[in-house]
Amino acid sequence: MIGKRSFATQLFAWLILIFCAAYLIVPLVTQFDYSLRARRGEIGFTAYANVLSIPEPDKVLQVQTAPFKITLNLPRFYSSLLFSCLMAALTILVSTIIIVPTAYWVHLRVPKLRPVMEFFTVLPFAIPGIVLTFGLLRTYSGPPFSMTNTELGTVVLLVGGYTIAVMPYTYRSVDVGLRAIDIRTLTEAARSLGAGWPAIILQVIFPNLRVAILSAALLTFAIAIGEYTLANFLFPDERAFGSYLASVGNNKIFEPAALTIISFVLVWVLVLLIQRVGRGTGQTQMTGMR
Amino acid sequence: MRSPMTWAWLGTLPFFLFVFAFLIAPSLTIMVGSFRDRSGNFTLENIAGLAQPLILESYRTSIELSVVTAVVGASLGALLAYAITWGGLSGRIRSGVITFSSVAANFGGIPLAFAFITLLGRTGALPVFLRNALGIDLYAAGFSIYTVQGLILAYLYFQFPLMLLIMVPAFDGLKREWLEAATNLGGTSFDFWRYVGFPILLPSFLGAMVLLFGNAFGAYATAEALTGSKVDVVTRVISRQIRGDVLYNPGLSYALAFGMVVVLAISIALYVWLQRITARWLR
Repeated sequence: MIGKRSFATQLFAWLILIFCAAYLIVPLVTQFDYSLRARRGEIGFTAYANVLSIPEPDKVLQVQTAPFKITLNLPRFYSSLLFSCLMAALTILVSTIIIVPTAYWVHLRVPKLRPVMEFFTVLPFAIPGIVLTFGLLRTYSGPPFSMTNTELGTVVLLVGGYTIAVMPYTYRSVDVGLRAIDIRTLTEAARSLGAGWPAIILQVIFPNLRVAILSAALLTFAIAIGEYTLANFLFPDERAFGSYLASVGNNKIFEPAALTIISFVLVWVLVLLIQRVGRGTGQTQMTGMR
Repeated sequence: MRSPMTWAWLGTLPFFLFVFAFLIAPSLTIMVGSFRDRSGNFTLENIAGLAQPLILESYRTSIELSVVTAVVGASLGALLAYAITWGGLSGRIRSGVITFSSVAANFGGIPLAFAFITLLGRTGALPVFLRNALGIDLYAAGFSIYTVQGLILAYLYFQFPLMLLIMVPAFDGLKREWLEAATNLGGTSFDFWRYVGFPILLPSFLGAMVLLFGNAFGAYATAEALTGSKVDVVTRVISRQIRGDVLYNPGLSYALAFGMVVVLAISIALYVWLQRITARWLR
């Protein structure tokens, strides 16, 4: 009885599997098929070419990528992707700097604060993207802060908001990582060799947490790259990748289909990377601001 | 609180300042704004204002959408998790399903809406196929992708895969020895699920369902891209309030957002409680 399943159980399992697989695969197949039909009576990659290739010289868009003034002559696909990658990278940087030393310090010196940390890092689940956007704008867009009046201020709000949104994932990942290593002994060893706190964190804790930090970074990247809500309200010029996707959806017929397939492949690659890096940490689920 | 402890908490100050600036302060703005009138005095008018039909309708739509996709998504996801853990399917199918589900669970938002419009839009692949092959006209029969039904179908695309990812560890946590013990004591496999498996899995099932509820309740981009102005979910009403004060009452928009936080806070409290019960079994 154990090990071998009854015929009925297997049949049931197959039926469920087939239904679910169809639900997940059919929309992609029809979308892929549609994306190939941009030219009447022909099957080809025209829609992809329209999205990915350098357009006519007079149609080239000039895009400034905040906060650094880089003027790029690129199709919007690349310029928006680049902008969102940059924001994702800044978010990874900020959340690593904020989370890792704090989580380490709490584990080592103030374990009493651990439940408090857990509480605050789960809170973002109660604040959906649109509510966070609303709160940030109402708090900081008007006087006395007027942060949305400057390029830098807007980027700070975006990166701050993203850091909060990914905090449940990054904190948990680092927390699990810290539990797996003996930070007390490592710290004492480093101290007895004369290392100061910055050296301990940079040269001892970071390398020992590289798997946790890397998997948190990939999760952050995956969430930030296609984020629409906060990016679209903070940058109404549709600079972010999510805004670009939405605007193509409003204006084009076959290109959105091509972009769906490209996005799906992008998410797929990120998930494979996360699974590879996070093997053993068991973290594969994530959901960003939808 | 001896000497080394006294100042140690200061090390966490940067973190708490950051959380205050980007999470607590925006939340406080919303909370305070919900109870203040135009001239800054305390009022309950904004909360009472939520009772107007447009807003009640949007909350009703959002909650209906979230409950339906949570219940259906949770059931389907749990069945699939059962199929790949206890259903006798091969290990390759199992890892394939898990990988595909991780991708699907994160494939929300705008591209998902595009895919569903292509599949189920008025001139989409499925309605056209059904009309030509079987003579069934979905749209004449009252179906439309640009409605709540459409949103339900699209949300399920990320809901049940997310459920699967949460439930697989729970099904793995059920020990095969328990089934052996049950059968040795003369029970059938049905008895095992009825008296052992189901009661143990119930808290994690319900907890995950609450998570799915929140996932759908806060969703904005998918609804915006799929139904535009045709379906008013709460997140879309808030977005219009951000763009311009369409309700002609700034205080009301705070109350709207506050209402969402209250609903989600209740569901998270429920989740944490269910998580505690689950933790007992998954040790």
